[in-house]
Amino acid sequence: MQPPPILSAEDLCKSYGDLRAVDHVSFQVAPGEIVGLLGPNGAGKTTIINMVLGVLAPTAGRILIEGEDLRLHRSRALARTNFAAVYAPVPGNLTVEQNLRVFGMIYGVERLSERIDALLDEYGLEPFRRTKAGLLSSGEQTRVALAKAMLNRPRLLLLDEPTASIDPSSARDIRARIVDYAAQGHAGVLWTSHNMGEVEAVCDRILIISHGRVLLQGDPRVLPHEHGAASLEDLFVAVAHQSLHEDQAR
Amino acid sequence: MKSSRVTAIVLRQFYLLRGSPQRVLPMFAWVAIDIVLWGFITRYLNSVTGPEFDFVPALLGAVLLWDFLTRVMQGVTMAFFEDVWSRNFLNFFATPLTTAEYLAGLVATAIGTSILGLIAMLVLAASVFGLSFAAYGAALAPFLLVLFVSGIALGIFAAGIVLRLGPASEWLIWPIPTLVSPFVGVFYPLSVLPGWMQAVARLLPPSYVFEGMRAIVQGRAAPWGQLAVGAGLSVVYLGLACLFFAAVYRFAIRTGLIARYSAESVA
Repeated sequence: MQPPPILSAEDLCKSYGDLRAVDHVSFQVAPGEIVGLLGPNGAGKTTIINMVLGVLAPTAGRILIEGEDLRLHRSRALARTNFAAVYAPVPGNLTVEQNLRVFGMIYGVERLSERIDALLDEYGLEPFRRTKAGLLSSGEQTRVALAKAMLNRPRLLLLDEPTASIDPSSARDIRARIVDYAAQGHAGVLWTSHNMGEVEAVCDRILIISHGRVLLQGDPRVLPHEHGAASLEDLFVAVAHQSLHEDQAR
Repeated sequence: MKSSRVTAIVLRQFYLLRGSPQRVLPMFAWVAIDIVLWGFITRYLNSVTGPEFDFVPALLGAVLLWDFLTRVMQGVTMAFFEDVWSRNFLNFFATPLTTAEYLAGLVATAIGTSILGLIAMLVLAASVFGLSFAAYGAALAPFLLVLFVSGIALGIFAAGIVLRLGPASEWLIWPIPTLVSPFVGVFYPLSVLPGWMQAVARLLPPSYVFEGMRAIVQGRAAPWGQLAVGAGLSVVYLGLACLFFAAVYRFAIRTGLIARYSAESVA
């Protein structure tokens, strides 16, 4: 018997007036699974992530996090979730340690000081413990956001381009750490990225989104060949071009 | 409501205040300037008029109470603006934090900052200008409480406006106390106001406080019944302000305002 999914998005729709940003999207993330959410700019990836984070209400459909309906049990569902996104850095006017403490208290993390020490060590942030987050480089800020995202050992981790401003060496370390976390902790990860090499290396399954709909889904190492593309990047480019032509035809 | 989440909001504000003298200074500087300015005005007025009327409790006391209400309101709004300025709504509201816990954290912060401001005002007014509220004893507490609840209600209402209209609407918030002050009779009895302004005044809890304080200063009995009306109104307004903020928050979740709350104006 398969374990129940960590995340279950059921028939999600989001409309802004006549615009359908997300159009009947359904997918699941299983324990230990890393699911990539790919698509051209404006495809609806961030809209889906915002809905899963509870900061955007779906027009229709529902989201279950470990069986908890996000709309009905928002706090309980979000206590099992965390996220890191390049567009949501932690407050720059608090130090790294202060940020982790504030967010740790919000998530109700037990033995918080020990957890903070471990994360500062794990993400190479110990030298910046008392530095205001806003003074750090973009790569260092991304590491702080990732440390924040791991504070409560989330069962569902949402990562929106988590390695976008990190050097290749640090990015590889972080990818390995997240893969390890998902595998050992049986956490589900929803990951968006425009780095196709990263997606192939990390994701167990991908969803390619265009115009708010899931166009393709499957194993990122197999999917390109099933659709006559030489690589995932070629497949992505083909989808993006098709999306552009559809936009121009409207 | 989880106390650790409320404490987290307060702790964030404490960290900001502790690490930033430019945030602490205004808590004392503006009230000190007001007390000094009005202190000398009252001293001058006392020197050119007869001894039958003491301007110190009438004017300086009124300024002190009005400043207290303003500081309470700003205690809430300034704490809220910290999240506006650091574009922190997505970080906070994508967590288990509820709006009730968030508002409770802002209110707890405002309690701390406004009490510090009140102490500074009392010390300055008493030591330099001889205004002693100690003479009124515990009778003063209900008046301060009504002003406090009114200030919290105004602060939450103001935060709701900024959440709805965007960061650029901040300028709408600062003049609110100035717009309210002519109606509540800070410096004069409500009887001098035209009828329509008196009608508005009867809807505003601070007007009951200032009328009541004037009665006490003039040696008349405290109008506790009237103050109870003011207290009731302030509680109603606090409830309405919370409902307003919650409605704006729901709107922001429905439209995606929270997720993209960084534009100059998102109206």
